[in-house]
Formats: sequence, structure tokens, C-alpha cells
Amino acid sequence: MKHVLRSAILGAAMAAVASAFVPIAASAETVRIAYIDPLSGGFANIGNAGLAHFRFMVDKLNAEKALPDGLTYEIVPFDNKINAAESLTVLQSAIDQGIRYIVQGNGSSVAHALVDAIDKYNNRNPGEELLFLNYAAIDPALTNEKCNFWHFSFDANVNMKVAAMTDYLVERPEIKKVYLINQDYSFGQAVAAAAVKIIAEKRPDIEIVGNDLHPLIKVKDFSPYVAKIQQSGAEAVITGNWGNDLSLLVNAGKDAGLDVEWLTFYAGLLGGVSALGDAGVDHVRQISEWHANVPNAEMDPIVTEFKQLYPEFDWAYYRVGTLMNMLTKAVNEAGSPDPKAVAFKLEDMRLPTPVGEVWMRKDDHQMFQQLYLATLAKGMKFDLENSGIGFKTDQEFTLESTVLPTSCEMKRPE
Amino acid sequence: MEGWIFFLFNGIVYGLLLFMMSSGLTLIFSMMGVLNFAHASFYMLGAYFAYQISTITGFWPGLIVAPVLVGCIGALVERYFLRTVHRHGHVAELLFTFGLAMLIEEAVVLIWGRNPVPYTVPPDLDFALFQIGGMSYSAYKIFMMAVSITMFVFLYGVIARTRIGQIIQAALTHPETVGTLGHNVPRIFMLVFGAGTGLAGLAGVIGGNAFVTEPGMARALGTIVFVVIIVGGLGSLTGAFIASLLIGVIQTTAVAIDVSLTDIFATVGLDLRNVPLHELWSKRISDVAPILPYLFMVLILVLRPRGLLGTRDS
Repeated sequence: MKHVLRSAILGAAMAAVASAFVPIAASAETVRIAYIDPLSGGFANIGNAGLAHFRFMVDKLNAEKALPDGLTYEIVPFDNKINAAESLTVLQSAIDQGIRYIVQGNGSSVAHALVDAIDKYNNRNPGEELLFLNYAAIDPALTNEKCNFWHFSFDANVNMKVAAMTDYLVERPEIKKVYLINQDYSFGQAVAAAAVKIIAEKRPDIEIVGNDLHPLIKVKDFSPYVAKIQQSGAEAVITGNWGNDLSLLVNAGKDAGLDVEWLTFYAGLLGGVSALGDAGVDHVRQISEWHANVPNAEMDPIVTEFKQLYPEFDWAYYRVGTLMNMLTKAVNEAGSPDPKAVAFKLEDMRLPTPVGEVWMRKDDHQMFQQLYLATLAKGMKFDLENSGIGFKTDQEFTLESTVLPTSCEMKRPE
Repeated sequence: MEGWIFFLFNGIVYGLLLFMMSSGLTLIFSMMGVLNFAHASFYMLGAYFAYQISTITGFWPGLIVAPVLVGCIGALVERYFLRTVHRHGHVAELLFTFGLAMLIEEAVVLIWGRNPVPYTVPPDLDFALFQIGGMSYSAYKIFMMAVSITMFVFLYGVIARTRIGQIIQAALTHPETVGTLGHNVPRIFMLVFGAGTGLAGLAGVIGGNAFVTEPGMARALGTIVFVVIIVGGLGSLTGAFIASLLIGVIQTTAVAIDVSLTDIFATVGLDLRNVPLHELWSKRISDVAPILPYLFMVLILVLRPRGLLGTRDS
């Protein structure tokens, strides 16, 4: 009797556990999107900021009933601890839950791993394809030699950003010496390689007076690097550094009285302005697709509303808005949320956005958009992280000027 | 060669900061035999407390108050947790301090958030004091040097020259004898732990604004501090001092050396460009500079396991 009772309880418990893990069948009413980025550990703030952007857009689009047939979006967050292996594990659980759209941005190594895994899965499971929308991983290989039909890139890649920086240098003929300092991993190496190549093409008179790679987040004291930069006589420094590697570098420069222009990719990344403080003002420039002080009547209310909803973040990923709007347009044109049909609609899509038209190139799935080079400045209309410091435009680059050739040879499904 | 003087100077300043971090750690180890994995977390607490105080009263009161606060927390940790764990041996202690480090990090995230806090160098010291070869040298760095050296002299004096120092050292090797002489040994240990963590707190106060005050700062410095005390010899204050300076100078001057093994062998006519592992040989010394302290540690462990001035092989 005792045994029967025990096994009955065990059975009931197992059934309860099992039912909790049964994947909720993808209901016809929701288009679910897996958000795979770091949500714990040292980069959790950056992952959470991206998540807030997607949640904001999804709520907005659902309220506008932007999808056909009563469909709505849902964002399902997955923590990948910014690790490629972990990302594949959570990708599998997303697949098990019936999710077919993946968004990710932090870390090109993660993006490469996801592209490979998704390509394999799609080849083996025709009719159940996944689609990867990449909002921030910008290793140029992703849309060149490693391009893939199931991957779309919504941020300008390293080569495009360096080309824009070089266009700025063309307007500044007094800059004759440039120093490169980057983190020693795929992204930093890509920045260094692109700078060496593109500067030689567009401003052959510029001398690259230094090209340093240092280990990622290992350096505490950047003053010896600053001394090298000073001795080289550089007038501008191009760096892909982000996080502490950027703020410690710029602060060490300020301490030593180094007078250079800093041309960066990620000065505006969450936490950057707080750590840079006054050291960055008027010296640090960033290349990006948008910043809050680009005058625009359509964007200003979004910036304000976002800040009210998520006070610890600023609206920084303009491209997340573009990504969600393009996806919505593609679903509407395809008449269904089927990833394969949507992917074909995304190809060659042009979409007007508040600050200009964007274009998704069919050849390599690289999106092109306007870019801005902007300097950290005080007294701007919108600041970052309540610091009183915001971006001020130096130069605007048109969509056409950012278009570069691609080496992609894409294999398309039937 | 003004550039080299600048590099050397930078190395010394960085080394002295490392010493401030590691002196407390090595002090606790030499007195109590406890390897405190949470040491860098107390450094972080010092920086955050000093930031919080500086938002109300400015920098200077924090220089005193923050280390005292951190020291008190350290003493409480010893009194109510570590003392209990101590009975179960060294493994339990290690695990406890390891857990404590994570707990402190999460607490800091809860209170101050994940982003860096704007803790800045006080305006009184935020100016260029002098110039070497066109590079200005900030007054705050000299201040850091002065604090660090004062600390070394003071600590050395207390331990080697005073009665308290003698009792503390005696309590380590012969706790029962010291106890029968009427000294309260557990209280001595509590005070030592408090003082050691307070020193880490002081390093945090003056290091937090020179670098960045954020929740990852403890983890980032935790490993290098262990490198220092292993190279210097576990438990040796002078060893930690020498090791800190060595590591500081090695790391900063290596950044200035833009040659690789391939280049060096090329000058004597050997071509390494096509041999196996050629990528490794063609790395410039400046590219691997931040890794050199760890290499140095491995060499020391192989050649002289007790460290430069250590007294025991453990």
C-alpha cells in the first residue's frame, strides 16, 4: 500500500515536472523572437540595454497592430554569458520552444557560431528554418567570406565604419600621423587591418605611426601606451576599444596631457560616458548610425519616452528600431511569419526611416544606412547616462558613401 | 632617453599601487595563514565607499573614513564567520573567502548598479606637476606614490619594531603560549584581518578614481595581486614590495619594446618566418606585455617555489 502511494505521488510529481517543460506550442498569434545576449556577468548591463530596446519596439509595434492577421511579437530573452558555446545551448532551447527568429549582437565570435549552427539546422530541417537578425556584431567576415543566406546584418561593419572615419580624415588634411591601438581579438584585429588598408587608399600621405594590439580587458595602466603614442607624434588615434579598455586609455591620455583626436567605435556604449567623464569631452569621436542629438522631430519623442520607461538606459540602438520595422514590413509583404518567405522579402528591401532611407543589399545581407561621426560635448539637448555629456555631429555620411564591394558568394535555398 | 624615464616612472607608480593591494593580503597570510580570495573585493568596497563619501563631502574625508569602514567590515567578517570556518581547516577558509568575493560583487551591483560610477580624481590634485620629455605627470600619481611608500614604512615599522608586532608574530607560531601569557589571541587575529582589509580599502580609495570604479574591478585585479605575493614569497612584506615594483616595471617597459623574437633572430641571420609556430615567434614583446607577469610567476614557481623572499615552501 505504501509503495503504491509512493509511486502515485512520484508519478504525479513527474507529470507536473514534465508538463512544466513541454514546449508551449508556437501559437499562431505570436511571432516569438529569441534574444540571445549576455544577461549576467560583467556585460549584463549591455545585454539588458539591448533587450530594453527590443521590448520597447515590440510593445510599440503590438500597440499599433503592425502585423497582419492579429499577429503580435514576443521577445524571449536567453542569457549566453557572451560565450559562443553557451549561445549554442540556448539556441537549442529556443528551437525546442518553437522559436524561429533569433536576434543577437554582442560579440562577433558568438555571431559566427550562431550562423554556423543555424545554417546546419536549416539544411537538416527544411520547412522549419530559423532566421538570424544580427543587430551589432560587425566583423566584416559575416557579410563577406562567411556570409550566409539565413543571416542579416543591421549595423555597418568594421570596414564601412573605418571607411567613413577615413572620409573624415580626407576633410582634415592637417592630420598627417595616425596611431592604431586595438584589443587583440577578431574585432580589434579587423579594425587595425581595415585602417591600414583603407587609409593607404584614401589618404596615402598619412603615416601609420603605430599599430598596437593589447590583450582584451587585461590592461589596468595604459600610461605606457600613451607614452608611445606621444612619442610617435600622432595627431589622431583610431581604436575599436570599448568598455574599460577605452575609458582607461583615454583617461591615461588626459593625465599625461596627450593632445590627440580619438576616433572610436564605442565611446557611447553603455557605461562609457560615465567612466570617461570630462576626459572625453571635445576629444573623443564616435562613428555610429545615429545619436540622440541628430535633430529629428520623429526621434525626439522616442528618446524621451524610452528614458521614462527604462531610466537606466538611453535610446542608443537606432538600428534596433530599423530592424523591427523591416521585419514587420517583410512579414506583411510575405503574408506570413514564415522565416524563409520573410528572408526573401528582406532581400533588397528599402525602407524610409526618420533620418533617411536604408537598404538591405541582396548580395551579402548587409544593411546600408546613413552614418554620423560625432564628438562628446557638453550642453547638448540629449545627454547620455545623465552625465551632462552628449554627442554633437561632426560629419554625416550618406548611405551611398558607405557602400563597399563584397566578396560574398551566397548560396540561396530553392 | 627621457621616454625611458617616463616608462620607468610609470612602472614604479603602478607597482606601488599593486603593493598597496598586496600588502594587506600578504600581512593576513603571514599572520593568520589565511589566503583571502576576497581581498580584492575589499579594495572594491574601499573605492565605492570613497565614491559615496565624495558625493557628500568631497575626496579628503573619504581617504580616512572609507578604509576604516572597510576595516570594520573585515573585522566583523573575521569575528563572526572566518573564526567559525577556521576550525574546519584551510580548504573551508578558501571556499568561504571565495564565496564572500562573489557575495560582495553582487551586493555592489545591487546597491550601485552595473555601470561604472563617476568617482573622479579630486580637483586639488588634478593638475600636471612636472614634465618629462613632453609628457606631463599628474600630481595625483605622485600622491599615490607617497601614500604607498608611507604605508610600507609604517607597516614595516609596526611589525618589525613594536611590541604589538612581536605579539602578533608570536601569536602565529605559538598561539597557546601567547594565550597563557594573557593575550587574547582571537582578538589579535581579528584586528590583523581588519587592518589588512582596511589597507585594501585604502588602495581602493586612491586606485578607484585613478582607474575605473565598477563591479568588475575586483575580479580584474584579483589575479595580479596573487601573482605579486607568490613572486614576492607568501607572507613576506618586503618580498611583496620588491615583487610589486618588478612587475610594474616589467609590464610597463615591455610595452615600449616593439621587437619580436623573429626580429631578434633576423639580426643574427636566422629566419624564423617559416618555422613551426611562426605566429608565436612573430608576436612583438609589446603585444604580450600584460601577460609577462604571469609568465614571470610561472618561472618563479619552477625555479624558486618559495618566492623571492619567502621563508616557507608551501
